[in-house]
Amino acid sequence: MSKIHVTTTINGDPTEYLCEAEDTLLDVLRDRLGMTGSKEGCGTGDCGACSITVDGRLVCACLMLGAEAEGREIGTIEGMAKGDTLHPLQQKFIEHAALQCGICTPGILVAAKSLLERNPDPTEEEARYWLAGNLCRCTGYDKIIRAVLDAAQDMREAS
Amino acid sequence: MALDSKSDGEKLNFKVIGTRPLRPDGIDKVTGRARFGADMSAPGMLVGLVLRSPHAHARIKSIDTSAAEALTGVHAVVTRADFGAVENEATADVLDNCMAGDKALYDGHAVAAVAATSGKIAKQALKLIEIDYEPLPHVTDVDAAMQPDAPSLHDGRANETVPEGMSPNVMARHEFGHGDIEAGLAQADRVLERTYRTEATHQGYIEPHACLASMGPDGQADLWCCTQGHYMVRNTCAEILGIEQGQLRVTASEIGGGFGGKTTVFLEPVALKLAQKSGRPVKMVMSRAEVLRATGPTASSSIDVRIGMTKDGRITAGFAELRYQGGAYPGSPVDMGSMSAFAPYDLENVKTVGWDVVTNRPKQAAYRAPGAPMAAFAVESAIDELAKGFGLDPLEVRLKNAAREGTRASYGPTYPAIGLEATLRKAKDHPHWSAPLGPNQGRGVACGFWFNFGGDTCVSLNITPDGTVTLSEGNPDIGGSRASMSMMAAEELGIPYDKVRTVIADTGSLGQNEVTDGSRVTFAVGLATIEAARAAKREMCKRAAMVWGIDEEAVVWEDGAAKPAGPNAGDHEPMSLAEIAAIASNTGGPIAGHFEVNAEGAGVSFATHMVDTEVDPDTGAVKILRYTVFQDAGKAVHPSYVEGQFQGGAVQGIGWALNEEYIYGEDGILQNPGFLDYRIPVASDLPMIDTVILEIPNPGHPYGVRGVGETSIVPPLAAVANAVSEAAGVRMTALPMSPPRVLAAIQSENG
Amino acid sequence: MVQVKVFGSLTSATDGRSEVNIDASTLRELLDGLAEQYPAIKPQLERGISVAIDGKVYNDSWFTPIHEDSEVVLLARLKGG
Repeated sequence: MSKIHVTTTINGDPTEYLCEAEDTLLDVLRDRLGMTGSKEGCGTGDCGACSITVDGRLVCACLMLGAEAEGREIGTIEGMAKGDTLHPLQQKFIEHAALQCGICTPGILVAAKSLLERNPDPTEEEARYWLAGNLCRCTGYDKIIRAVLDAAQDMREAS
Repeated sequence: MALDSKSDGEKLNFKVIGTRPLRPDGIDKVTGRARFGADMSAPGMLVGLVLRSPHAHARIKSIDTSAAEALTGVHAVVTRADFGAVENEATADVLDNCMAGDKALYDGHAVAAVAATSGKIAKQALKLIEIDYEPLPHVTDVDAAMQPDAPSLHDGRANETVPEGMSPNVMARHEFGHGDIEAGLAQADRVLERTYRTEATHQGYIEPHACLASMGPDGQADLWCCTQGHYMVRNTCAEILGIEQGQLRVTASEIGGGFGGKTTVFLEPVALKLAQKSGRPVKMVMSRAEVLRATGPTASSSIDVRIGMTKDGRITAGFAELRYQGGAYPGSPVDMGSMSAFAPYDLENVKTVGWDVVTNRPKQAAYRAPGAPMAAFAVESAIDELAKGFGLDPLEVRLKNAAREGTRASYGPTYPAIGLEATLRKAKDHPHWSAPLGPNQGRGVACGFWFNFGGDTCVSLNITPDGTVTLSEGNPDIGGSRASMSMMAAEELGIPYDKVRTVIADTGSLGQNEVTDGSRVTFAVGLATIEAARAAKREMCKRAAMVWGIDEEAVVWEDGAAKPAGPNAGDHEPMSLAEIAAIASNTGGPIAGHFEVNAEGAGVSFATHMVDTEVDPDTGAVKILRYTVFQDAGKAVHPSYVEGQFQGGAVQGIGWALNEEYIYGEDGILQNPGFLDYRIPVASDLPMIDTVILEIPNPGHPYGVRGVGETSIVPPLAAVANAVSEAAGVRMTALPMSPPRVLAAIQSENG
Repeated sequence: MVQVKVFGSLTSATDGRSEVNIDASTLRELLDGLAEQYPAIKPQLERGISVAIDGKVYNDSWFTPIHEDSEVVLLARLKGG
């Protein structure tokens, strides 16, 4: 069976790959492209550990086929820092101890960035509902929410 | 060895301990660079998959793997026939859980595995394996499994503590306590008798089990895996595979949560066997459904409590009979539940009886303070109901009965200095306790206890030529422990935190290390780190003494430098760690400190939790409005991570109390093996979790550190139940308090 | 002689006694003495046991000293998560 040839853009880099029809985009990212920053926690869109953006929209990479990335702009955790400069959310997550094991962190950061792009001044409740699709088992979310709100404030002040 | 005897005296003026530096693995984890279990690959790697039983209980009459083996791209197929016998009974159970023998004992039990060049081919191969099952009657409920005529999983495995004539599913009986229960109850103004039930919950780590194995024909093997203890993985796999421990090198990946669930093996021996048979590296990663169906949930429980109380709130006697099913093999944590149930209280008459029961469910694995949360749910609910029945303040009643220094614990020993009373007083003085409540709202409190332990620990601390420090330890970092170890080394050496880098060494690099469990790492590895740093300091003082031409006893270590001790030692400028490191080759060679210990004598830990809930009387839905944790940490090394342990444990307990449960159908099949239907708390379910850290130093640790990881999951089940019961106006005695259950309770209370 | 408190489910192995006297000055001597005087306790010792000595819990360290007046309590083997 022949594979599907896909041309896409990932974190701004032009990218081509071959995939099976049934490969999810998460399979492609992790197993074909070696981009293991996006995590598979469930494979059913319930945990958010594989959160990425597609043309700016937040999606679970496990719920999208690799073939569907043709011509799209994909954003993953690997593209969040610019060179050696962390995104303010990344910095605040470290400062607030908003991660313990860190497996959910890439997905939560991608989702939080997506929130702040739409709503630069979210309330605590808005942040909690936006991130309700991203499971964290370690932290109880307290420090995650604080880090997101703190990053939002810094980003507002900087802009 | 006892650890309080060799301390240099309690250290009080900390420079690094108690601060909140950035964790060393932070950047890797926020950029996606950190490598977890499933993030590793190897040249020529195969994909391994497991075939699992669709039956709750079935005899495996035959397995035909020939068609699967013949499929192009398949390089190995493994069944139980590929494994030899294991002598040790506990390890034999682990093997049987990894790969079924004569019987499949639960839905999801592994029965065969394949390794193929792709996941797609491996899946096809699983479908080609033909298994002739003879379905057998099954039982998944603990009380049903204790009936004498219940379907039997294993005949003749009950130990000598089980009386004759009981169900063959009863594996052990445990009894603890002292005094005379009936005499105590006779002194009470009221005796409350209740039965409480909790459902099995899963540890729910977000990272599924994963490993990458390779094994040569010479028996040398390498394994990469996510685990709470790679030394345990090495020893268990070596025993199961019949190879020498020294031939198997295990490297721990970053670990995406464990909470006790990664203190055993599931895939690892199978992956090694597939690698051995195929001659290729084999990677195995579980799906979420496999994690839920076949890895350790905790026990479900059914608990009878009888407590007597006088009308002024004194508990005259406490009795509990605890029945825990731990899945298909002996070893539920009912012994721990029985020892901890009444541990927070000073009781003249106390007795617990625990029954360890097997059922057709996955073999339970440890879950954060294993066995204690269910027992605390029962006892703390009963105490609350009695207190409120007498119109007494539930915190005052707990204070009146609280265990203190000198109290004989319900499980036997006399307590040294403990922090329970302090947490209760802090709770009573906290603004949360006096804040007003609205309609349909209720406030609950509960106490919790956990033992903590230490165990085998090795640390190696090396001074580099440029005067920085590398620290190797053998315990996977599950919540920021590398930061804590670097802090303790920096504190002891008198150098900045960022001059110390801590790594988790593979099993070839250090001696035996106990698993990251029992809240032991900050206590035991921290202790070994401090002692390793002290050994390095002694060596550095010796080197300075050589340079100065004085006795090494005349040199002391202060503020990161060797200094002459007093005027008789001569007038020498202090030599910094970096200066001594730079001339190490000239003064005898590299400088290192190491320490190996079985760190026994860890201190017990107590917490009090307070929670406000609101119940929707029309739907039964519960909202958590406010939550405060009060816990003794001994000494908080990195307060942010101590808070994180308090918060995470509390929220896991909230999930256990409100939503999480294993749901089995009549057919014995797990009905909810996914995160959609097995619902752990999400951000929008919760408020901020406030924390109050108490610091009552542990005399068994040089810095006073006490384990903090587990205790925080013990009180929330009861605290939430007490709050919901108050808000709903009806006593809730079964978990989880999901909306249908709460609504049914309200409706039945209202007739 | 050291007085050892035995938990309830072990008393069937100690002729119903919840306190037994063992001639021991270390944990190893204590465990050996228990097994010798009360052979029925051996299965539990083999499954694993923890011992609280003066309020501190020990699992394995044979040469932990025990004094005549030490409080010694047998416990189920501690587990953790």
